[in-house]
Amino acid sequence: MGSQTYPVAGGLQTETAPSRHGYLEEIHSWIVTVDHKKLGIMYIVYALLFLVIGGLEAILMRIQLAAPGLHFLEPQTFNRMFTMHGTTMVFLVGMMILFGFGNYLVPLMIGARDMAFPRLNAFSFWMSALAGILLYFSFIGGNGLAGTGTAPDMGWFAYAPLTEKAFSPGHTTDYWTIALLANGIGSIGTSINILATVFCMRTKGMTLMRMPMLPWLYATMSFLTLLAISPLTAAQAMLMIDRYLGGHFFDTQAGGSAILWAHFFWIFGHPEVYVLVLPAFGMASEIIPVFSRKAIFGYPAMVAASVSIGFISLGVWAHHMFTIGLTSYGNAFFTLSTMLVGVPTGIKLFNWLATLWGGKIQYRPPMMFAAAYLIQFLIAGLTGIMLSVSAWDWQLHNSYFVVAHFHYVLVGAIVFMLFSALYYWYPKMTGRMLDEKLAKWHFWLFLIGFHLTFDLMHIPGLLGMPRWIYTYEADRGWGTLNLLISIGGVIQGIAVLIFVYNMVHSYFKGELAGPDPWDAWTLEWATASPPPSYNFATDPVVGSRRPLWDLKHPDDPDSAFE
Amino acid sequence: MTITKKRKATQGNFLTSTQELNCATIAAHRNTRPVKSSTSIRGSLAGLALLVGHQAVALAESPTSIFSTLSTPAHETNSIGLFVVIICTAIFAVVAALLGYAFWRFRAGNSDEHEPAQVFGSMQIELSWTIIPVLIVVVLFLATARTLFSIQDAPKPANALNITAVGHQYWWEYHYPEYGIVTANELHIPVATGNGGRVTYIKLTSADVIHSFWVPQLGGKTDMLPNRVNEMWWDPQKAGVYVGQCGQYCGAQHAKMLLRVYVDTPEQFAAWVAGQRKQQTELVADVVDSTSEAVNPSVGQKVFEQQSCINCHAVQGTVANGRFGPDLTHLMSRDTLGAGAIQNTPENLKAWVEDPQQFKPGCLMPAMHLTNKQNLQITAYLQTLK
Amino acid sequence: MSTVTLQHETDTEWRQPAKGTVAMITLIIAESAIFTIFVVAYLYYIGRDVHGPTPKQVLEIPWANSVCLLSSSLFIMLAEHAIAHGKMAAFKLWWAVTFLLGLIFLVGTGVEWKKLIFEDHLTISTNLFGTTYYSLVGLHAFHVIVGLLLMLVVLVLALLGFVEKKHAERVKTLALYWHFVDVVWIVVFTVVYVVGR
Repeated sequence: MGSQTYPVAGGLQTETAPSRHGYLEEIHSWIVTVDHKKLGIMYIVYALLFLVIGGLEAILMRIQLAAPGLHFLEPQTFNRMFTMHGTTMVFLVGMMILFGFGNYLVPLMIGARDMAFPRLNAFSFWMSALAGILLYFSFIGGNGLAGTGTAPDMGWFAYAPLTEKAFSPGHTTDYWTIALLANGIGSIGTSINILATVFCMRTKGMTLMRMPMLPWLYATMSFLTLLAISPLTAAQAMLMIDRYLGGHFFDTQAGGSAILWAHFFWIFGHPEVYVLVLPAFGMASEIIPVFSRKAIFGYPAMVAASVSIGFISLGVWAHHMFTIGLTSYGNAFFTLSTMLVGVPTGIKLFNWLATLWGGKIQYRPPMMFAAAYLIQFLIAGLTGIMLSVSAWDWQLHNSYFVVAHFHYVLVGAIVFMLFSALYYWYPKMTGRMLDEKLAKWHFWLFLIGFHLTFDLMHIPGLLGMPRWIYTYEADRGWGTLNLLISIGGVIQGIAVLIFVYNMVHSYFKGELAGPDPWDAWTLEWATASPPPSYNFATDPVVGSRRPLWDLKHPDDPDSAFE
Repeated sequence: MTITKKRKATQGNFLTSTQELNCATIAAHRNTRPVKSSTSIRGSLAGLALLVGHQAVALAESPTSIFSTLSTPAHETNSIGLFVVIICTAIFAVVAALLGYAFWRFRAGNSDEHEPAQVFGSMQIELSWTIIPVLIVVVLFLATARTLFSIQDAPKPANALNITAVGHQYWWEYHYPEYGIVTANELHIPVATGNGGRVTYIKLTSADVIHSFWVPQLGGKTDMLPNRVNEMWWDPQKAGVYVGQCGQYCGAQHAKMLLRVYVDTPEQFAAWVAGQRKQQTELVADVVDSTSEAVNPSVGQKVFEQQSCINCHAVQGTVANGRFGPDLTHLMSRDTLGAGAIQNTPENLKAWVEDPQQFKPGCLMPAMHLTNKQNLQITAYLQTLK
Repeated sequence: MSTVTLQHETDTEWRQPAKGTVAMITLIIAESAIFTIFVVAYLYYIGRDVHGPTPKQVLEIPWANSVCLLSSSLFIMLAEHAIAHGKMAAFKLWWAVTFLLGLIFLVGTGVEWKKLIFEDHLTISTNLFGTTYYSLVGLHAFHVIVGLLLMLVVLVLALLGFVEKKHAERVKTLALYWHFVDVVWIVVFTVVYVVGR
């Protein structure tokens, strides 16, 4: 095999996107679009909207908990807030924004012109979008227009039999189930689409082992979504049969089992955490190398670790159920399987560390968030190991320690990485850079707020403070801590507002980005910012994992080593 | 037998020593966190740190701290927890130091235009950071399994006290089959040490939704599920009152489903049992109908029995035998009302009878909309239930 | 135009799997997960009813039905084979036979449900058996209906002469779905009529 030359993406093209239409035409074009980039942006904007709503719900709860015995929120209102906060953040923010990035980036990174099934893609987005509207419509329609405003109030994991008609009359729970069912259908559709795209749409020369990490992690995440969201969909169907048709799946008075729901929910619920975190791993694996100016360390090990995290995570669900009365052998099994997840996760962390090692790290906004992500993800993983110790989990389960732990994962790792990704790919999506000064304000405020809230939040858990309580006794010694936690929450809220301002401001006034502002190496930077609707003028052909590196360093191409 | 041995081994000075250890560990645990933030806003955080430091001292004094352990399960749980915390802290220290070093050492200079050397991986290094974590996992797992089996599969002593606890939306019901006692919310058990000490085994179930039984100082939580019985045990080392609360979201008033456990000396416990076994009687009414103006216990009892109180509440030895609400036979032997929501004083009792929703909005006992007179009469009667 | 040097596999043809097949396989994975949950629920609740009727009292083994459905898998394979070789007449015949066998199965299920509802008074809200039975068998029947509708579309198009040899790949994808429905029936049959009775 001799060496030959191939064009990459028609070179670095700088062509701009077509000019804008009229107001109505513009809206119409977004509604009817099947373009993966437009759908991706809609996912992201939709998710950011709900991020603000879910954040407000969190702040309301934090005000109520700032001191013992406050009467800021009614008990039932508080219960609705945490139910809506959890459901919103997981399904309407987490899933949506990650699918948004997946939609936008996966085809670009593998050199495709669109997803495998563009119309299925649009269908999936609108199904998922419908879920958010249904869920929030419950505020109006929950008990009918004449009733008091009611949202679901049974907690985001909706343990049976609290969700049965006997304990949750009215329609709030129905809105919740239908919303999750719709969201589930959307998620399954998108997952099928991402898998088909990754396996069937790669550009010439891009073998699976030459794919960038991000499509790899999206493929793993999609596979996991199929295996995790489907059980949830099935369980929601059962709950609906119970509520609408008088079935008895979770009706304990007719012999039904409360534990069965818990199993079904966590068979979904735990892989779901990995569904959310795997794309963040993918983003980290793209961003950290670019800002360290080094190739990702140990690519094959990273791929293997990602896939094995996916597989192991399917067998750990009952660590959410250590107190439910499993046998000692059951508890031991799930302790071991949970701890084992730490091994591939550790490999990933160490490989990122090795990527930094010997590099030339540029602390631009994406890298600042990525650096914080590394430390915080380390802590989140270690508190996870603590919780996997089933005997100790009998104490920590459902306490604020757990709340702190999973917020460390979801905020400290995933949200930090999402901010990093937004700073990194915003120029690609809009053609303009985000303001760097505002970015620094955003970063430091958010970092301080985050640590104030979630570092301290571990402690009330150790002092016996359970989750889901709208108030607490003054003699428990939780007061000062909760006040500080609430202050941290408000600081995070301010930081997010700065970010939102930055996004809007920079969209109109930001510095022009050009096709490749970060001097990066993957294919999405080989086309204009924003990319034209067809993505690439000519189909790129790649010879290594970093086609743009090869292009920029013809004397030292990666393809010579792989 | 094993339990007794362990108890002896831990009886000596473990209380004080673990408490100290715990303080230190919590402090260490927290101090490792705000690595980044503490450098950034030194001034304001210094004050904050003082405040938090002060709080840390108060931590071990919290009545629900999982670190002040007063029974074998809680103590063993705590020991394994601390073991894991120490290992995790060590891992954190090493990895965070490496990360911090890399962040600092390999930051880009301003003038340097050259790309650094590209390294694609190293089999040896990657193998080492696969194998070392596996070894750590094995150690942690074996340690956990040991504790797990020793607590969960501990043999039950022949003289153990058996209790059945039933979770209700939002209160606790207790049965002592051995003594034929039914009571609510405030659990009395004997201390496990010394002469006449007994280990307590509690069967847990639920009448409606899932609850979780949790008194941190005595042990971890165990869920109460409808259609299922779980069992857990405590061997309290020291007499006293221990508090906890429901650990699984169960509806509107999950927050005020509080739990009080009175660990009695064997003598106190015997006295309490004797008191609880006493039946109440139908008081001889001085007047026939409940419309009477008089405020006294016997009229109160009539009102109590003729209004719908007895649909839900039981008073042993009288016609009141409702089962949906707490048993009131010895209401006045309890310190609190509404599962710990308020202190059991005559004023509070009357206010509660008048409208429980003002203390515990969403609880299943409705305001009965009785006249003030009737409320006074009922309260007068309830106060005789000693 | 910028260029880049490639050194590997430059001569090999660039081949990737058909996206329809990948999508159907992934869909089948998701569906299997859904069925697994319903099957687990069915198995878990066997014999936990607080009152009857029990499976033993009312269920009869649907032999004829099952033979129809399972043999339809055979005929759809013949149809696949026919269209792959461009034998359109044979394709139409085997496709129609498959469709009819599927339809017979569906009617058979309907007859069985009619008996259960009106003679044995077992509905979805009667007891745990009713809930799990109608859900599981109903979920499968729903998949049969979807399969039949899709096959009907193909059948009509084929009879009108719109289906050609070049559509063999798509027909194959649909057949894959039908095979899945059949395999699920084997599981449902085992669980409901063998283990559960």
